Amino acid sequence: MAVTPRERSLADLGAVFLEHVYRIPGGEKIKTCIQCGTCSGSCPTSAAMDYTPREIIAAFRAGLLDKVLRSNTVWMCASCYSCSVRCPSGIKLTDIMYELKRLGIEYGLYAKGAKSPTLSKDFLTLVNRYGRNSETEMLARFFMKTNPLGLVGMAPMGIKMILRGRLPLLPDQISPKGREEMRKILEYCGDKDRGEA
Amino acid sequence: MKYAYYPGCSLTVSNKAYDVSVRAVAKALDHPLEELPDWNCCGATTFMSVRELYAFAVSARNLALAEARQVTDLLVACSACYTTLNKANIYMSEDADLRKRITGALGAAGLRYDGSVRVRHVLDFLVNDVGREAIESKVVNSLSGLKVAAYYGCQMTRPFDTFDDAEFPVTMDNLLSWTGAEPVNYPLKTRCCGAMLMTTSGKVALDLVHSLLKCAVDNGADVIVTACPLCQFNLEAYQDQVNRTYGTNISIPIAYFTQALGVAMGIPLQGLELGKELVPTVKAFASYAGGSQ
Repeated sequence: MAVTPRERSLADLGAVFLEHVYRIPGGEKIKTCIQCGTCSGSCPTSAAMDYTPREIIAAFRAGLLDKVLRSNTVWMCASCYSCSVRCPSGIKLTDIMYELKRLGIEYGLYAKGAKSPTLSKDFLTLVNRYGRNSETEMLARFFMKTNPLGLVGMAPMGIKMILRGRLPLLPDQISPKGREEMRKILEYCGDKDRGEA
Repeated sequence: MKYAYYPGCSLTVSNKAYDVSVRAVAKALDHPLEELPDWNCCGATTFMSVRELYAFAVSARNLALAEARQVTDLLVACSACYTTLNKANIYMSEDADLRKRITGALGAAGLRYDGSVRVRHVLDFLVNDVGREAIESKVVNSLSGLKVAAYYGCQMTRPFDTFDDAEFPVTMDNLLSWTGAEPVNYPLKTRCCGAMLMTTSGKVALDLVHSLLKCAVDNGADVIVTACPLCQFNLEAYQDQVNRTYGTNISIPIAYFTQALGVAMGIPLQGLELGKELVPTVKAFASYAGGSQ
């Protein structure tokens, strides 16, 4: 039986992380990190991170993963894969970042006011519904939730986009059969995402 | 070899110009593209941030649809869709356990995927399948004198350097040189544009966009040419903000590589959706459009 996020205790955070990372193809290479810092030096956003990519692995080894998840770090990763292609140990840092994002959402561990988890969850909701992403609806939801006044600031650009036919008001959808397939895939995945089944 | 085309959500919405110009160029090169019917969102970077198996399975639905139509090569225009679909495909082929889990998810929806499809970027298709000779034979308006910065962004060659180098690719530079254009040195060609961070952590992304724009301008580019809808949008939509924040005076058009190629091939500007940009490209391209207007 699946455990709900709130019932999880932080005590098993490191173990759950490792179990999931090992399941990523090539994930066991995390053991071979030599703390050289190539990942941090290659990362275009590490300067804005509370902990750099190298420090994430150091923190995990020190049992401090929850500190990393509570910081701004993992949601600063834009998935550019610079670290992954340069790591001399072949560690897929970007995939590890994805796992940390999932853990953060699962355990409710992310920086106060972090906007990316909200955006990501809304994105899934919309694609579940339509089969495709509705950019207009996604951004409207996002700003309403995180920064309604931000919509005012965005208005001039939004108007320019609408005038150029680049911001449609109706979502693009796949066929009813396709949406039913998406629904069944989602239903099947259930908690299997997290390896509970 | 049987192709199908996967435009991706962004190309049906805010970046229609890329979709229109890809189709126009392919058609003019006698390879009209057939869209994969009923394709769904690849999942982008966001699905993987929330659900792992679901993210892979959503990508794999597209591969299953392609395989059911005996498609061998799925051509993807958006670099982010390309990496997402390619990653699901490659991981599925490499990892038996993951393959079993994804197969289970597809099976629940009455779908099946046996791994016979290759995921390819449209740039790879044009350069390596259509090829230099066919492209050069269609160039009627030489772009001679036009200085272009070829911007690949991050996800076209990373993490999979399938058709070009992960750090310093040259495919797009070569293609542009076949049109007569002059690719300038652009050391930041695979540096990240900030992607969705522009929405969630604006300052961090703005800094990246500033570096990318400045580097192109400093190297004498008239136009930046890209192959990703998010790169295109971030680089053009925030130029005013960059100028306000960094005290610069940058105004450089950001076009799709297929738009530049299309101009060289004599396709009228409106047939390439040129004119829908926020930073006008007409000044850069009009003098090359010859008698095709």
